[in-house]
Amino acid sequence: MSRLQVVSGKGGTGKTTVAAALALALATEGRRTLLVEVEGRQGIAQLFETEALPYEERKIAVAPGGGEVYALAIDPELALLDYLQMFYKLGGAGRALKKLGAIDFATTVAPGLRDVLLTGKACEAVRRKDKQGRYAYDYVVMDAPPTGRITRFLNVNHEVAGLAKMGPIHNQAQAVMRVIKSRETAVHLVTLLEEMPVQETLDGVAELRAARLPVGRVLVNMVRPTLLDAPALALARDASVRPAVAAALASAGLSGATKLAAPLLAQADEYAERHALEHAQRGLLADTGLPLHELPQLTEGLDLAGLYTLADYLRGQGIGHGTSHGTDPGTGHGTDPRTAPGTAPGTDRGTDRGI
Amino acid sequence: MTLETNAALNVDPLLDDPETRIVVCCGSGGVGKTTTAAALGLRAAERGRKVVVLTIDPARRLAQSMGIDSLDNTPRRVKGIEATGAAAGGELHAMMLDMKRTFDEIVEAHADEERAEAILSNPFYQSLSAGFAGTQEYMAMEKLGQLRARDEWDLIVVDTPPSRSALDFLDAPKRLGSFLDGKLIRVLMAPAKVGGRAGMKFLNVGMSMMTGALGKLLGGQLLRDVQTFVAAMDTMFGGFRTRADATYKLLQAPGTAFLVVAAPERDALREAAYFVERLAAEKMPLAGLVLNRVHGSDAERVSAERALAAAENLDERRIVDQTAGKEEGRTGTSPTSPEGSPEGYPEDSEGSEHSPDDSEDSPEDSPEHPDSATATTTAATAFDQTADDTSVDRLAATSVDRLAAGLLRLHAERMQLIAREQRTRDRFTALHPEVAVTEVAALPGDVHDLAGLRDIGARLAAGDTPTGAA
Repeated sequence: MSRLQVVSGKGGTGKTTVAAALALALATEGRRTLLVEVEGRQGIAQLFETEALPYEERKIAVAPGGGEVYALAIDPELALLDYLQMFYKLGGAGRALKKLGAIDFATTVAPGLRDVLLTGKACEAVRRKDKQGRYAYDYVVMDAPPTGRITRFLNVNHEVAGLAKMGPIHNQAQAVMRVIKSRETAVHLVTLLEEMPVQETLDGVAELRAARLPVGRVLVNMVRPTLLDAPALALARDASVRPAVAAALASAGLSGATKLAAPLLAQADEYAERHALEHAQRGLLADTGLPLHELPQLTEGLDLAGLYTLADYLRGQGIGHGTSHGTDPGTGHGTDPRTAPGTAPGTDRGTDRGI
Repeated sequence: MTLETNAALNVDPLLDDPETRIVVCCGSGGVGKTTTAAALGLRAAERGRKVVVLTIDPARRLAQSMGIDSLDNTPRRVKGIEATGAAAGGELHAMMLDMKRTFDEIVEAHADEERAEAILSNPFYQSLSAGFAGTQEYMAMEKLGQLRARDEWDLIVVDTPPSRSALDFLDAPKRLGSFLDGKLIRVLMAPAKVGGRAGMKFLNVGMSMMTGALGKLLGGQLLRDVQTFVAAMDTMFGGFRTRADATYKLLQAPGTAFLVVAAPERDALREAAYFVERLAAEKMPLAGLVLNRVHGSDAERVSAERALAAAENLDERRIVDQTAGKEEGRTGTSPTSPEGSPEGYPEDSEGSEHSPDDSEDSPEDSPEHPDSATATTTAATAFDQTADDTSVDRLAATSVDRLAAGLLRLHAERMQLIAREQRTRDRFTALHPEVAVTEVAALPGDVHDLAGLRDIGARLAAGDTPTGAA
């Protein structure tokens, strides 16, 4: 049971969306999750259709069953002042540092300090407890930098601990590294069933493993439904089938069916090509030995309702304690639950490492 | 549906114009920016220009598609360019930005040997140059400036770093400038120097407090590393600054053209719109928007709704056929077909084992290669086994109906996708009707070779709304 859930992925794979859906899925049964944004793009606010998030933990959604999702957009500059305040009581000096440009320096130019602050803040939320000694959040989900940068991002404290060989920064960096390398953390990678994102995922897994960072699951996003099965595709490849298809189309009430058969069969060819490619990519992902989860492409595009749908899919696949409370996740969201790949048995092939 | 139409962006005149010296491709991650840059470079080279493509972190496959196993910090000539006739003499070179190497080269070029050695071995420098957030942006600008200064190519096509915020590279020179102008750097370098001036005693106290605070924060040893680094870099900072400013001005110059790359998705187009506004604010010349992965259909006249309704008709007939088939087995009566059952399409008997629900097969469960002969054989065998009626024609008719229903559902999905893409495009057009657009049809797979890049280049140049192609 990892309490820090780091979600990375190639640009364009829907990393932020999946992170948000994961936060919702983990918030079932009265649990409380914190969704953390580190790249200052206000993607979470746009997803949840709220105004821009300030640098404060704020409730943005209620999960089915009474759980709560909080969100925090970490502003590195404010995080640094926070940090100075917390460790050094440097209120006034902090403002003076800001005037000097030191804060700017620390958060933009100084190597890694920005990333130290971002990871540090997330780890602080993971470890925070209330007066009764209970964790403030059951889970912290981080919408992390893309796959190409994730290893360096998470390992920054290791590097900083090497740079600053003693002193408070050193100690802080060591403490953060302990959380990130422990079982408390799982790094998930979001991908599409396309060559480049899959290659980047494989590279990312190798890099994370080499850095001894805990790799969690592979989340395949925007999976299209299977609309033509193997026998249908085999039949479609038979050039002589066209007149029969045209006749079938005509019988279904479509006019000009003779002219329709060719473009529809051409679309089937493209579909077959993509389908074979997707199958190969899925095999490559399976070779990592990591648990694989699939999320459907939502035909109507993504809105708030779609986010809840995706969370339901994740729950249906055993994330968030496997209670999908009997709802049919596809209903009303333009997705046919029967054809949605996420619900297919045997999709999750890995051992359950606990998410 | 479209409220206003953007003008078409024609890339060929842009690439052919000898006045065009730099083309910058920018956009959010995952929209095909690097591929677009490579395709433009190839097209320009095959139209007679001497081109270098500067890529940032390209996928290995893209490097391979240009016949280069791995790209490095030195431009490599790409073989297989088809530049003949009037275009003879065109060349394509490609390289990948190596942040650390670029940074090291600057140090080596601008500091004396001893000082360079001090900088290169400084731990603070080593971390900085290895590429934390931000360094890539500086170095991309630096490399662009270098390539331009060498004047060996008449066109430089630049890919921009895959930052989440595609705009970071515009801010890099300014940020560096503001840092170098800042007081902090003086504090770091020599507190004594500042305090040494007459009448600065008060400031001196403040400065000591600052360095004290910094020392406390960073740890004494790191602060010393930083101070050593800054001191060693001191003489070079001016040069950095000058070059960063020069590159920034270069980007505003008439010989530069920006292309914003996007996919017809909400997030990507939102970033694109933001970029268009930002470029205008920075007075950077925008040539237009490249919209990648646009879907079309040659059967556009059939709407998603009609396709789905027709698919249902076909399903219904099959279900009735199956039920009827079963009843036939029990009672021996002939089924009544539903409305629209055509002449010449015999009823199915015992129904194939493929119910409409078969589509829920998880992809792993379906046979490996749908197009393989094995799949065909398997299917045929399955039909034979279930055919107690032995009427192959009737079975074939059912499977044709299944296929036709599947084709219609596939088409409905395509039409829904087209409609969604159109909506996101309309939103962009409403905001920025002035931006010229070229559309590139989505490809079913990735690019693997020069021919693939050439094809994308042709699509970029054609630029109209794609039909048919996936």
